[in-house]
Amino acid sequence: MPFRYLDDVATADAAFEAFGDTVEEMFLSAAEATIGVMIENPRSLKENEQLSIELKNDELDMLLFDFLQEIIFFKDSRRLLLRITSLRIDRTSSPLTLAAEAGGEIMIQGHHPLLTDVKAVTLYRFGITQDEKGWTATVILDI
Amino acid sequence: MSIPPSIKKISDFLWEIPVSYKPGMLVPARIYATEILLKQMDQGVFEQVTNVACLPGIIDYAFCMPDGHWGYGFPIGGVAAMDPHSGVISPGGIGFDINCGMRLVLTNLTLDEVKPEIRRLVDTLFRRVPSGVGSTGFVKISRDDFRRVAEMGSRWCLRNGYAWQEDLEMTEEGGCFSGADTSTVSEKAVERGFDQIGTLGSGNHYLEIQVAKPENVHDEEIARAFGFTRPNQVAIMFHCGSRGFGHQVATDYLKLFLSVSEKKYGIKVNDRELSCAPFHSREGQDYFAAMKCAVNMAFANRQVILHRIREVFSAIFHRSPEDLGMNMVYDVAHNTAKLEKHLVHGKKTEILVHRKGATRSFGPGMEGLPDRYRETGQPVIIGGSMETGSYLLAGLAGSQYTFCTTAHGSGRAMSRHQAKKLFRGQKLQREMEERGIYVRTASWGGLAEEAGPAYKNIDQVAEATELAGLSKRIIRLVPIGNIKG
Repeated sequence: MPFRYLDDVATADAAFEAFGDTVEEMFLSAAEATIGVMIENPRSLKENEQLSIELKNDELDMLLFDFLQEIIFFKDSRRLLLRITSLRIDRTSSPLTLAAEAGGEIMIQGHHPLLTDVKAVTLYRFGITQDEKGWTATVILDI
Repeated sequence: MSIPPSIKKISDFLWEIPVSYKPGMLVPARIYATEILLKQMDQGVFEQVTNVACLPGIIDYAFCMPDGHWGYGFPIGGVAAMDPHSGVISPGGIGFDINCGMRLVLTNLTLDEVKPEIRRLVDTLFRRVPSGVGSTGFVKISRDDFRRVAEMGSRWCLRNGYAWQEDLEMTEEGGCFSGADTSTVSEKAVERGFDQIGTLGSGNHYLEIQVAKPENVHDEEIARAFGFTRPNQVAIMFHCGSRGFGHQVATDYLKLFLSVSEKKYGIKVNDRELSCAPFHSREGQDYFAAMKCAVNMAFANRQVILHRIREVFSAIFHRSPEDLGMNMVYDVAHNTAKLEKHLVHGKKTEILVHRKGATRSFGPGMEGLPDRYRETGQPVIIGGSMETGSYLLAGLAGSQYTFCTTAHGSGRAMSRHQAKKLFRGQKLQREMEERGIYVRTASWGGLAEEAGPAYKNIDQVAEATELAGLSKRIIRLVPIGNIKG
């Protein structure tokens, strides 16, 4: 279960928990959950368009914030729905760095089963935790 | 039961949570609601409105309107006024969709005239007013021109042939917040929004063709003053905001405020979404100027959409928009912060009013109202679900107790994910058409999320605002056609 949507939080918006054995897996799950709010079956997206994402932040949770926000930015600025194909996070560097490769399709209405636009990642209850089972991110997206 | 045990009943429609409820509360929190609506409010409302009550410089109370529900930072329906000298400004008190708002437009057509054309009208509007995820608008402008839109709002539309002069007068603040400065806006924000003028967006954004049935008119005299003079008169209501541009402005400043709130200004907040800066600080003023750019973009967005609606009606009915009487009733903003003059402890004072998912509701005689509405009070437009209808109301003098604010919608009662599990878009469309509401949507899943039962009872919300003296019901408008983003 890489992510699950939360029904009983932030009624008008979209809340989810994303999981991973590693930080990278958890980031990938969160990206998929975010795209999954916008389109049915994100895994069906073809990788016609390619791009790289490179980010830096001092805090791991804000690195995730920036990463998800980048996916939302490309949805509006280039009308791209993205799947993250590879992702590396260096937690030994200062600031922390993220390098990801993404592939995706330009949205075409009627062709893609679009759902709901995501406006932003909110900081309300936003956070990352780690326990013996792995990593969990809690995210509420503004719809 | 999520209602705090310490809540105090002030009247049948007003409740107060005392400052003892939570450490750090500077003022009590006040919730306007009937007991039924209060019981329907989720726990987030109480948590969030009391967080707002902790913000530096807050005046009197942190308010929540009758349609209040769980948001982020402020609850949806949250209102807070700050002392501009000692208080803060917070993007979490405005929201990401800056100046998401409602516009209501008249026609002189009746249901009998429109009904035979409803499919053509809705189908054409669906093609001509882009909606849904990733939609781009028909106004093709450069990034530099977009910056002018952000600084001029509806005035840019008038100059470029997308507005009538009177449209501006019928828009809150004349369709332009002065002091918008695009040098405070990031390139990313411009990049995200410059080609989205004239688009509805998605989620709860919509464009609806509605009817004012005689049995739904609550106040005939004011209805007439608002332009509803014929039985079964048809009007158009739509709801949208500042699109990706506003979303990015809010995100940029949320991040900036997060970095300065505590470190530079020593302000601790209970929720990072409430990160803020003193209003008079460099960061506070920059955000205020950038927020105004997004406000203006949203006014322009709704103005350009109105232009398209006029074109479509004109083409289908072979009459000019002027001949069809397509005059605006009003345009109201939901998510803003504004410097306004209100009575504070008996003295007229300039204060910074944050409204998030809440509508300004100037009562009769208030400064800033167009002459046409001086005696009636401001038209207030409260949108309901696509199945149940919406309300046109008028501002009342009693709204002075909420810094002239009332509700903005019916408020969600069910999460989007839950609604998608319960309803199917195609089935809902068929059922609504059988009931006389023809719907087109950019997303079947999105349509299911907006099903009527996912929202609270709009009649109860509108009634609660009237009982509380915030706004008076004038007409309940029922849908016959709807475009859902």
